Amino acid sequence: MSERGQFRRVAETGRRPVRLRVDGEAVEALDGDTVLVALLTAGRRLRDNEFERRPRAGFCLMGACQDCWIWRPDGGRVRACSTPVADGMDLLTRSPLEQWSIRAS
Amino acid sequence: MVDPRIVIVGAGPAGTRAAETVVRHGLRPVVLDEAPQSGGQIYRRQPPGFSRDAKVLYGFEAGRAGRLHAAFDALAGKVEHHPGTLVWTVRDGAVHTAPADGGAVGRFPYDALVLATGACDRVIPFPGWTTAGVYTLGAAQVALKYQACAIGGRVVFLGTGPLLYLVAYQYAKAGAEVAAVLDTTGFAAKAMALPKLLAVLPALAKGLYYLGWLRSRGIAIHEGVVPVRVDGADAVEGVVFRSASGEERRIACDAVGFGYGLQSETQLADLAGCRFAYEPQSRQWLPEADADGRSDVAGVYLAGDGRRVRGADFAEMAGELAALAALGDRGIAVDQARMAALRRGLDRGLRWGQALQAVFPVPHHFLADLPSETVLCRCEGVTVGDARRAADDLDAREINRAKALSRIGMGRCQGRYCGLSAATILADTAGEKPETAMRIRGQAPVKPVPLRTEEAAS
Repeated sequence: MSERGQFRRVAETGRRPVRLRVDGEAVEALDGDTVLVALLTAGRRLRDNEFERRPRAGFCLMGACQDCWIWRPDGGRVRACSTPVADGMDLLTRSPLEQWSIRAS
Repeated sequence: MVDPRIVIVGAGPAGTRAAETVVRHGLRPVVLDEAPQSGGQIYRRQPPGFSRDAKVLYGFEAGRAGRLHAAFDALAGKVEHHPGTLVWTVRDGAVHTAPADGGAVGRFPYDALVLATGACDRVIPFPGWTTAGVYTLGAAQVALKYQACAIGGRVVFLGTGPLLYLVAYQYAKAGAEVAAVLDTTGFAAKAMALPKLLAVLPALAKGLYYLGWLRSRGIAIHEGVVPVRVDGADAVEGVVFRSASGEERRIACDAVGFGYGLQSETQLADLAGCRFAYEPQSRQWLPEADADGRSDVAGVYLAGDGRRVRGADFAEMAGELAALAALGDRGIAVDQARMAALRRGLDRGLRWGQALQAVFPVPHHFLADLPSETVLCRCEGVTVGDARRAADDLDAREINRAKALSRIGMGRCQGRYCGLSAATILADTAGEKPETAMRIRGQAPVKPVPLRTEEAAS
């Protein structure tokens, strides 16, 4: 998460900081951010596609494409574009559950 | 007499006006909306604690947005509003819901159901479109409007439609770097020449204003382009396109926003059992309704862009008219003159929608030239070649059969972003007309809902 983010903030930067953990690392977001924005202002990857095995970073941002689902440590899923951040949120960009290899390549 | 139960799905321009109309007639409708606040996508509100004013968020549309928000806010206490609520199916005279943040499902029986489900971006796949950092034009706008973010540090906008120049303008105005606008239509030249100019004059005037503004700031605008590919292994590094004169050019960037207008969100109308008809300009099968929005299913009414893309202004009219029809059909006295006026307005809307599609045509022909390895279904990595093989080797010319055999449209988005393109590819491959491939059948749940079982207490 040290690289420059995909998204750039252009306004509304005076909001209260919110601290979350993503893949075990601390990420600082702002109150009112979606989870997607929190991750993509910190890095360029949100998840991996299960079939292409390549990084994804969301697509429609309006709950239609379903390409921004990430995980909580208990295996529960979070749709990043429509979920607001909260202090202490713990998130994983790879499933904590064992994955079948969907497509050999 | 017991009051009829009226359920409205969606709280955008159509849903808001429908709810307001029902309340004005003394009833208390249920309003179910996926978003945390009313406004829909076009007039989506920023989260609490953000401070930009409406002019910054909505530009020329600030007045309309403000009036729509105020209209919904004035209904507080008079409607049963469930924000953050997904309607995942319609069956047996009830809509079924799931809260966005988990929790118990709900069931809302209705006597009249107004579906105001809106639209999402129409896309056409091209090589590299699944690279991290490629977004829809709508997504680019949501990032800015709802989150005060640009989708990248150096952004290319690509495609056609009213959103293309608008979003580029909004980005540049907000201080984001716009690397280029790649217009597949040749908007400026075509707009001037079109005989239908008058029908879409306000949209054209705005489009030309944004175009001029961008040009005056030295932002590169290329018209009549064909997208070739997005470069970048793990994230966007550039876009390659073919210019109108046929040469390949590359623009370095770290994000792409693209789209070719909007498509209707028709899944719930499908699950409600509405009859669909083929619309040739957009090549989308759309739910049928009469002038007032009555579908062929008793008690189900359709309004706004979810019925047919005509834009927000006409969606407001359609929402009000569908609600009046629903009330009138249940024996409640409604203003017939007002209904007639709304019908006339929507008739203009139909012509406007058709003219808009003529000015900003979806470039269906791009699909025939796509390399076979291009990803068509972004959920499951099904390629254009897989779809062509389904139509050719497997003789699956109808899309639901092709879905079963190739998994096109089987993924989490339920074919929202590949279905229309896949239909054209199947038909092109079979040498048939595009409508022969039909449409992907709606399946419940229309979006993923959590599934959980619980151990019985012993």
